Amino acid sequence: MQSTVVRIEHLVKRFGDVQALDDCNAEVLQGEIFGFIGPDGAGKTTLFRILTTLLTPDEGRAEVLGLDVVDDYRRIRPQLGYMPGRFSLYHDLSVEENLTFFAGIFDADVQQNYELIRDLYEQLAPFKDRRAGKLSGGMKQKLALCCALIHKPQLLVLDEPTTGVDAVSRREFWDMLGRLREHGISIVVSTPYMDEARRCDRIALIQDGRILSTDSPQALSRSYRRPLLSVRVKQSFAALRALREFKHAHSVYSFGDALHYSDARTTLTGKDISELRDYLSGRSIEVEELHPIEPTIEDSFMELSTERNDG
Amino acid sequence: MRTILFIIQKEFLQIFRNKQMLPIIFVMPIIQLFVLVHAANFEIRSIRLDVNDMDRSQASQLLQQKLVAGDLFRIVNTSATAMEGRRSLAEAHADVALVIPHNFERELREGKNPVVQVSVDALNGFAAGVSQSYIAALVQEFNAEYLAAIAAAPRGGGQAAAIDLSSSFWYNRTMEYDIFMAPGILVVLITMIGLFLAGMNIVKEKESGTIEQLNVTPINRVQFIAGKLLPFWLLALGELSFGMVFVKLVFDVPFLGSIALVFAAAAIYLVVILSLGLLISTVTETQQQAMFIAWFIMVIFILMSGMFTPIESMPDWAQSISRGNPVAYLIEIIRRVLLKGAAAGDIAQQLWVLSGMAGGVLLLAGLRQRKSTA
Repeated sequence: MQSTVVRIEHLVKRFGDVQALDDCNAEVLQGEIFGFIGPDGAGKTTLFRILTTLLTPDEGRAEVLGLDVVDDYRRIRPQLGYMPGRFSLYHDLSVEENLTFFAGIFDADVQQNYELIRDLYEQLAPFKDRRAGKLSGGMKQKLALCCALIHKPQLLVLDEPTTGVDAVSRREFWDMLGRLREHGISIVVSTPYMDEARRCDRIALIQDGRILSTDSPQALSRSYRRPLLSVRVKQSFAALRALREFKHAHSVYSFGDALHYSDARTTLTGKDISELRDYLSGRSIEVEELHPIEPTIEDSFMELSTERNDG
Repeated sequence: MRTILFIIQKEFLQIFRNKQMLPIIFVMPIIQLFVLVHAANFEIRSIRLDVNDMDRSQASQLLQQKLVAGDLFRIVNTSATAMEGRRSLAEAHADVALVIPHNFERELREGKNPVVQVSVDALNGFAAGVSQSYIAALVQEFNAEYLAAIAAAPRGGGQAAAIDLSSSFWYNRTMEYDIFMAPGILVVLITMIGLFLAGMNIVKEKESGTIEQLNVTPINRVQFIAGKLLPFWLLALGELSFGMVFVKLVFDVPFLGSIALVFAAAAIYLVVILSLGLLISTVTETQQQAMFIAWFIMVIFILMSGMFTPIESMPDWAQSISRGNPVAYLIEIIRRVLLKGAAAGDIAQQLWVLSGMAGGVLLLAGLRQRKSTA
């Protein structure tokens, strides 16, 4: 039985009239990468600021490493590594000076914990005398992670670490998180990118301050039960409207350059697909591709968020 | 304790790395001392005089000679009519217009009181006041000398009671304004370092988001405040040493009292100012807001500090406000210690007030600091 590193119970936070968090419940287990997935403004940052003891909740409670975020914040802080969404290191200090400073105030020894940051720091080493403000986006992010790790925290809280970072750096970053998990560090991470959700052990889908569902990425994808078709056409907008007007349509969303069509019936036969193809042709829409697909997390997210809005 | 040292080390790294700020910190005192001490000089010399002498007598000549004898006045124009004199004033060719009436000499000899008209351009009220009092003094002096001369003359005359006013400026015998101003400028200097740099520094951490990063570390409030204020406390005291050497070498300001006492007073004073800077940083979000508030406070402090105008000549309400002005206390302490040789016992009251302020403002800022980061 794994122990719980984060426990959130009925958490509520308001800013004036804005309900930033609305009755949130979640549990993060020791040694897992737990992702909060949701669009901008869903409440991810507010939740993380409560977990990192920077904000106090209005209602409900949150426990980090078995300690209450309000009453025991002093005991939580030394065990926590936090990387805010915005780059928050000293631009006018060099890479090395930033690292030394953060190690110093955590009373940590760079040499002692070097093992943890070795992979990252080897990439930063050629720039160790460069000012942090002059680093590239990917390098800044690596430095920020180094500084968050230098005191060997029990729990790492990363707020949208890959926003504004190129695809290669993003992949490297997630590889790095995987290695950190092997060192026994639990990781809570947020991201607006659905494709990154697959790299987490478990995820919570969050929207408008509410947690829609919590499960492993695979289970969440599987929870989507409707037949799903991917449709590629020339006239996307016309097709979107046409598909939504189709008598068996359940939902139609645009996913990049394809449309995801879900059917209201439980199964689709080859005849049903042909019928749909003919329907589109009848509306003089040229179908380039039309075939069944496996649902992704994003499909689940869209489904869950519409269910909630309709309900 | 180690944590505080790490913060101080980081602050000094940042201060000495700031290529725009560093020269300002060290060049500012030189420029301020040089420019302000001389520019903020109330000595009035070579006042331009327009004379309309209707009497054209020996006495009127003597009066004019008396006026221009020093380097205070110089006659720039002799008018034929009073109107012409007025025009000189209006067109700003002269600062003062003097009219010596007909029968000036005769009335003087007969013991009547001839009236000399003095019109002063009061556009600059301060200069006008000084010019007017200079003239009054010189005319009175002339009066006394002239009457004495008549009395001594063989022909004899009316007994004249000459009033002799003599004044002497103590502690600054020659009334040199640079000696008087320099201590004030020193205070302004360390106030700027304390109020602006320290306050701005903390707001900068807010702006760049680094304060968030600091807040999730185990740094506690005392460590944070000490680590943030100590570097600027040291910097300001260093600046004061630099300024003291400078005023001694360049202006030859007398150091009659204990220099250690000056530094002790400044050390207490800086706690007041640095805490005020910290307080400003807790109520503002951007450097712009902090700058604006700090500047507002700074102007009030300086104007009401007794540096330019004596506190004693302010209205009562303004004097009450000045009693809450730390700048006024430190200027008074430094002037008294340096120029009068005051000992700790003489300025005990001021030191106590400053200490009280230091404790009060620091406590207030500390409490605010917790509220804003909890």
